[in-house]
Amino acid sequence: MTEFRASAAMGKRVRGRALVAKDGFSARYDLDRVTGTFSRPEHKLAGQSYVGRILVLDAAKGGVATAWMLHEMAARNVMPAALVLNRVNPIMVQGAALADFTMISGFDVDITAAVPDGALVEIDPETAVLRVLADA
Amino acid sequence: MRLNDEEQAMLAGKAGAACQWAIEHQMRVGKYFGAPDFVPVSQAHIMADTESLGVAGVEWLERLAAQPGSQVRIPTITDPRGTDFAAAARLKQQEWMLALERRAITAFQALGVLMTDTCINYQTIMPAVLGEHMAYGDTGVVIYSNSVLGARSNFEGGPSALAAGLTGRTPRYGYHLPELRRATLLVRVEYTPRALHDWGALGGIVGRIAGDYWQVPAVVGIDRIPGSDELKHFGAALASYGSVALFHMAGVTPEADEAIDTALPAAASVTQADIAAFLAAYRDGIDSVDVVVFSTPQLSLFELRTLAGLLDGRRTTIPLIAITSPQIKPDADRSGITARIEAAGGMVLQGMCFYQSYAREMAEANGWRNLVTPSAKLVNILGGYGYRPALLSMQECVDAACTGRIAA
Repeated sequence: MTEFRASAAMGKRVRGRALVAKDGFSARYDLDRVTGTFSRPEHKLAGQSYVGRILVLDAAKGGVATAWMLHEMAARNVMPAALVLNRVNPIMVQGAALADFTMISGFDVDITAAVPDGALVEIDPETAVLRVLADA
Repeated sequence: MRLNDEEQAMLAGKAGAACQWAIEHQMRVGKYFGAPDFVPVSQAHIMADTESLGVAGVEWLERLAAQPGSQVRIPTITDPRGTDFAAAARLKQQEWMLALERRAITAFQALGVLMTDTCINYQTIMPAVLGEHMAYGDTGVVIYSNSVLGARSNFEGGPSALAAGLTGRTPRYGYHLPELRRATLLVRVEYTPRALHDWGALGGIVGRIAGDYWQVPAVVGIDRIPGSDELKHFGAALASYGSVALFHMAGVTPEADEAIDTALPAAASVTQADIAAFLAAYRDGIDSVDVVVFSTPQLSLFELRTLAGLLDGRRTTIPLIAITSPQIKPDADRSGITARIEAAGGMVLQGMCFYQSYAREMAEANGWRNLVTPSAKLVNILGGYGYRPALLSMQECVDAACTGRIAA
C-alpha cells in the first residue's frame, strides 16, 4: 500500500478504481453528462466512462459551470466517485462543497504519474490522504 | 476562519436559513483554501443557466428561495440565461427547457436577484473600481474585471456567488490577496493582433501556456492600447483555455508596473505564425458550414454595428445568430442595427449565450455540426458538445453565412 498526503480534501471517505490521465477536468467542456463519458475529442480519456471511478487528473480547467454540474450529476447518480487533482481551482471546490462530493488535491508528486490506471484507491478526506490499495 | 459578530450570527441562523446555508458553504470553500477570514464584496454575479443547474439545481434554488427572509444583501446580478424566450421556437428549443428557465427566474427574483442576464456587465451595468472586492461568476467577467479594471475576485461559481449575495462577503483567498496577484510567467508577444478573433487566438495560446488558475501571465510587447472589445475577447479566451483569472499587460493594465518582475524570464514568445497555426488547426478540413454564431461573450453595441456593416446589401443562406445583452439590444433596435442584420437574414438575440443554451440539443434539433464564429472561447467549448467549430474573422464569418462555405 502506498500513501500520498495532499494539501486539502473534502467530502466522504470513498474507495474505487482509478481512472488516470495527465489532462484537465471541466464538467462543461469535457463530459457528456447524460451518458457519463468524456466527450471532448481532444481529451485523453475521450470515449471512456467516468461513472463510479475515482478520477485522477492534472488540473481544473474551463469555466464556472462545474460548480452546479457536480450537484446535478450527483442527483442523477451519473458521476465519478471522487476527483483527485494536482491543482484545483475555486470552481471545483465550490461545486464539491454544494454536491457533498469527495475531492482531494495538492500533492508533493505528480499524482497522475504516481497512481496506476485501474488501481484500487481509497481517499480519506479527514486526514487528506490518498491510498493505493492494489494495482489494476 | 475568524468570524466577526455579524458572521457568527449568520452561522447561528439568526439571519435566516438561507444566509446560514450561505456562510456554511463559504466556510467549507474558505477552509479548503486556508482563508483566514471574510472580505466584504460590493457585487455578486451569478452564472446559473438551467443546462448547468438541471432539475436538481432548480429545485434546490426553489427550496432556498422559499425560506423566510431569503434576500440578497448586496447588488446581485445574473449571467446569460439558457434562452431568449422570443426566439426559442426558431432555435428549436423545447418547452421543458423554457419551463425550467421560468422556474429558475422566479426563484432568483424571489431572492432579490436582478435578472441582468449578461456576461458583459463590465461594459454595461457597473464596472469595478481598482481595488474593489467582488464575487463575480463567469470567467470572462472575472478576468476582465481583475485584469483591466483592477477588481479583486475569484471565479465564483453559481452557488458561491449566490452565497456571497446572501452574506455580502466572500472568503479571503486567491485573488483577494495582494501577494497572489503578482505575475508568475512572462509571455513575449511579437505580433499585436488587429482583429477580434486574433485577440481570442492570442488569449487561447497564452491560456494553454499558463495552464491553470494559479498562474498570472504577464504579456509584454503589445504595441498599442487595445480597446475594451479586444481585451474582452483576449481575456475570455485566456480564461477559457487556461482557467486563468488574472493577467497583466505591460503598458496597458493598471497593476502591470508593480506586478511584473522585470527579471522574470520569458516562458514563451508568440508570433503571427503561432496565431495563424492556432486558427488553421480548427479550420483545416472544414468546408461546408451549418451555422454562424456571434456570441461568447455577448456582443457590444460596436460589434453589432460592425456586423451590420458587413451584412449590408448581402443575404445569408444559413442561420446567422448574433447574441447580445438585454441592455444593448434596445440600443441596437433604436439605432437601426437590429433591422439591418435582420434584413440580411440574421437573428439578433438577447439575454442568452450560445453555449449556455442547450447547445447539444440545439445541434441535434437543427442538424448543426460545422459552426463558425469569431469567438475563440466558443470554439474551445463546443468541441465537447459535438460541434466541429472553426475560428474566423467577422468578415469570413459573414461570407460563410452567405455562401454556406468557408472560403479557401
